[in-house]
Formats: sequence, structure tokens, C-alpha cells
Amino acid sequence: MDRVAIVGVGQTKYERGKTKNFAELVYEVTRKALDDAGMGLSDIDNVVTTTNDFYDGRTIACMAVAEAAGSYGRDATNVEGDGTLSAFYGLMRTLSGVYGTTMVTTHCKLSEGSPRKLFNQAFDPVYERSLGMDAISSCALQARAYMHRFGVTEEQCARVSVKNHGNARNNPYAHVSLDITVDDVMKSPMLAEPIKRLDVSPISDGACAIILATEERAKKAAKKPVWVRGVGHCADAYRLGERDLSVSPALEAAAGRAYRMAGITDPSREINVAEVYDAFSYMELMWYEGLGFCGQGEGGKLIDSGATQMGGRLPVNPSGGVLSAHSVQVAGLARIAEAALQLRGEAEKRQVPGAKVSLAHGAGGICAQTHCVWVLSN
Amino acid sequence: MDNETILEVKEKDGLLIHQGVIRVPYTWAAGAVASRFYAGLRDKKICGARCPKCQLVLVPPKKTCHQCFGDLNEWVEVSNEGSLQTFTVVHYHEPELHPIKPPFAYGIIKLDGADTGMTHLIGEADLKGLREGMRMKAVFKEKPDGNYLDIKYFKPVKGAK
Repeated sequence: MDRVAIVGVGQTKYERGKTKNFAELVYEVTRKALDDAGMGLSDIDNVVTTTNDFYDGRTIACMAVAEAAGSYGRDATNVEGDGTLSAFYGLMRTLSGVYGTTMVTTHCKLSEGSPRKLFNQAFDPVYERSLGMDAISSCALQARAYMHRFGVTEEQCARVSVKNHGNARNNPYAHVSLDITVDDVMKSPMLAEPIKRLDVSPISDGACAIILATEERAKKAAKKPVWVRGVGHCADAYRLGERDLSVSPALEAAAGRAYRMAGITDPSREINVAEVYDAFSYMELMWYEGLGFCGQGEGGKLIDSGATQMGGRLPVNPSGGVLSAHSVQVAGLARIAEAALQLRGEAEKRQVPGAKVSLAHGAGGICAQTHCVWVLSN
Repeated sequence: MDNETILEVKEKDGLLIHQGVIRVPYTWAAGAVASRFYAGLRDKKICGARCPKCQLVLVPPKKTCHQCFGDLNEWVEVSNEGSLQTFTVVHYHEPELHPIKPPFAYGIIKLDGADTGMTHLIGEADLKGLREGMRMKAVFKEKPDGNYLDIKYFKPVKGAK
């Protein structure tokens, strides 16, 4: 693969009930990413935005943000899905030889809609939709399947919440930062067994943008380039009953593709920092396994070992992760932005010292039907 | 306009927030497979599709096998009973979504003769006594409507542990 770099990143602060509208949010991060890269809009060859018509409460929702992302007069296209997939598409466009740079943006203001009702619309209207499931109740089925099979405990899941909400205190963009204990998580209200209030990510509004560039165009950027070393994407079956919810073969496949491309053979040793899509605390443990940071069923032991906390062998979610800011379609791209900042040494109080290889992971669909993995390096 | 009406203008931090409702009538063709599945439920029969390539029996059925891309056109009747694969007891209230009041349970039930699980409601059960592997049985609605709730819920088979 020709070399492609991330040369600019921009994020809003994530919070609930932002008064900026979609275009204002996207303009903020597009501007920030351009300033970060030391570029002007004339340096951008094409644009990939990210929208979801149901979440955005309008059809052809990309048109509400296209101009704010700099699309006027350019080839602009749109992805409906997690931001990692928009970046994946942006990467392909950059590799096509047609464009030297790609602006990738994503925004979400789920607080303006009805999150549980909107998520229920993800289920097949002819079959399961009338059961009234949403993200929490469907993911509770996955959490239990995983925990029951491997003997992972609620306390081990709670440790993810304690770690990530604690890490969020070092991230000025985070929505929810908390100084809490395992006991606090265990005593928080039960929502859908085994998932409790503090196991769940918040509903956050926000936006994120990154700029991708070919090697030649990256030379003109202000900051040192962060290179894309490997990417992988894979989808599982749609219906929950057709999947083994206790494991994530789609993540294993996505990670395997990204590692092969990047030449990674021992991810737990070769990756210095990871940002993963922990929409619920149990997910981070499952994703440790899917990403090969530990063996199958050993996610609970890995969090217990302290290896994934700040100062550990492989810190996971120094930013506080999705548990601390869940602006749905933004969350994956935010993982890429954070993974890039780590390699530049610009992650400030959340910096993992000397990080040279970082990983970003995004997910989408009911119980993370699809996964996208990025390996980045200096 | 019926479909989207600005109901109210609010103010936050000196800026305006327009509040409305989106209500859009829609129809969804159930397709040949689901239509036949629901016809079976009228007779209290649960039918699945068997993949001619990999022999996977999918319940509820669909048109295409996700594993081998086979065209699913062979029908098999499966049992009304099966085993509970996983479940959750829901405690939060979402009255416009949930068909029953919490606490109640969702489960995935693999019926005897099927290779895939059916996600559904669990009823007539001691919620504290639910266990993986528990034997469950479909309870059919008296007057079927041709939708997923023609199976009202699955209940534990008497004496099941």
C-alpha cells in the first residue's frame, strides 16, 4: 500500500445538549483540522462526511453539513456508519491516485432525538422490532452471553468503567469524567442485567474531523505525519440469534487484516496505546480478546492485571474512551484522532510516554455487528 | 403539515431550539419468506429455512444464508420448544417501546431442530430463576395478526431448571 498519513485532526468538546447546530459543529472541527495541518481549504481535494438520517432527523442529512465540511465545488460524498468507516472510505479515495488529500468529518447530536426509540429502528420491522429492544437491552444479551461463557464478573466490567471515567479527567474533550470505585459501579441502578447505569456510555453531542494525505502532500503539512500502517473491516451476521454473541469473529478478522498489513505479529507487545469502542464496559473486555491483546475469555484477567491502565504495558482508552463520550457516529473517528495525537506526543495529560504504534477501533450496528481497526505509527 | 410540525420554540443560552415531531406512515413488504413464516404461526407451527449448501436451519427464516450465500427455499418445521441461550432482565421503563412493563426478560431461544436462536420476550417465568440452557416453550397468541408477536413470548417448560 502507498503511504497515507493523518495530517490534521479536530474535535469538539463532547457534551449533552449542545446549542450549536450540525453545520456549526462540523465547521468548528473542519476549521480545527485545517489549522492543525497548517492547510487552507484550497489544499483539500475531496470530502467525506458522515450522517444518519434517522439520528439527524432529516433526509439526505449530508446536505446539512456538506458546505461546513468544505464540499462546495469539490467531490463530496457521504458515509452512513461509524466514523472509522468514513475514514476507511477517505483512505481508499486518497489511495485512488485521484486525490492528494481527503477531509473526513462526522457529527452527531443524538440528544436532540429520542435515542432509545431511534436505536430500536435498527431492528428488522418485519421481525424483532416490535419487541421494543434498544442498545442497552440488546447489548445486555451480549454481555451476559460473554460473561457466562468465560466466567467474566460484573466487578471486572466495573473496573473498565472506573479506569475510563478516571482517564477522562485528563481529557478536556470528554463528556463524563468521574472519580469512582468498583463499588460505585456495582451499586448504580440496574438497567438490563448485568448492565448497570455506570456500565453505559453517555449520550454526547459532538463532531470530529481528520485530514488524510498522500506521502507527497503530507510533506507540506505543518505537523509530523502519522502514518496509516494497516486497516481492516469486517461484518458479522445481522440477527443476534445467528451470531455467537460471546465472541467477536468480525473483530478478530478486522484486526487480523489490519495486523497483516501493518506487519504486527504480537499486538500486545507491538502496540503501545489503543483507543477502542467501549460503548458499554463489558465491550472493552471483549475487544481486548478480539484485538488479540489477550487470549479468548481472558479480558477480565487483563483488566485485573492493570496492563491496560495508564502506566500499564498497553494503556487502553487514555482519553476515557466511549464510556466517557459517546457521540455515536463520531466515536470511532475520535478514536483515530486520539490515537494520532498519542503518536505526535500531543495528548497532553493523557499522553502515553514514547508511544510509537497506536491502534484505533470503531464499531457499528446492533451489538457491534461491524468492526473497523486502524494501526498507526510515526 | 402532519409529518413534521414545529410544536414549540424554546430558548437555551440565548439561542433558539425548535422542537417538533416526525411522524411518517410507512409500509414494509414482509417478503415471501416472512409471509410464509407468519402463515405457519396461524397454525401454531414454527417454520425455518434450511440452507441447501451448508444445511443450516434458520429460524426465523430468511431468503439468503449469511454463511454461504445459498438461496434458502427448503422449508422445515421445528419444535415449539428449545433451550435458552442467553437472556436479560430489563428494569428500566420505556413505555412507548416495551410491549410489557418491567421488570421483564428478553431471551434468545434455540428451538429444537433449528441452528439459530430466536430473540423474543420471556413470560410466565420466575425472572430470578432464569438460567442458560433452560427449556422454553412458545406461547402463541389466540388471534394472530401476522407479526412477530403472534408468538406472545416463550415460557419455561414446567419443572425446567
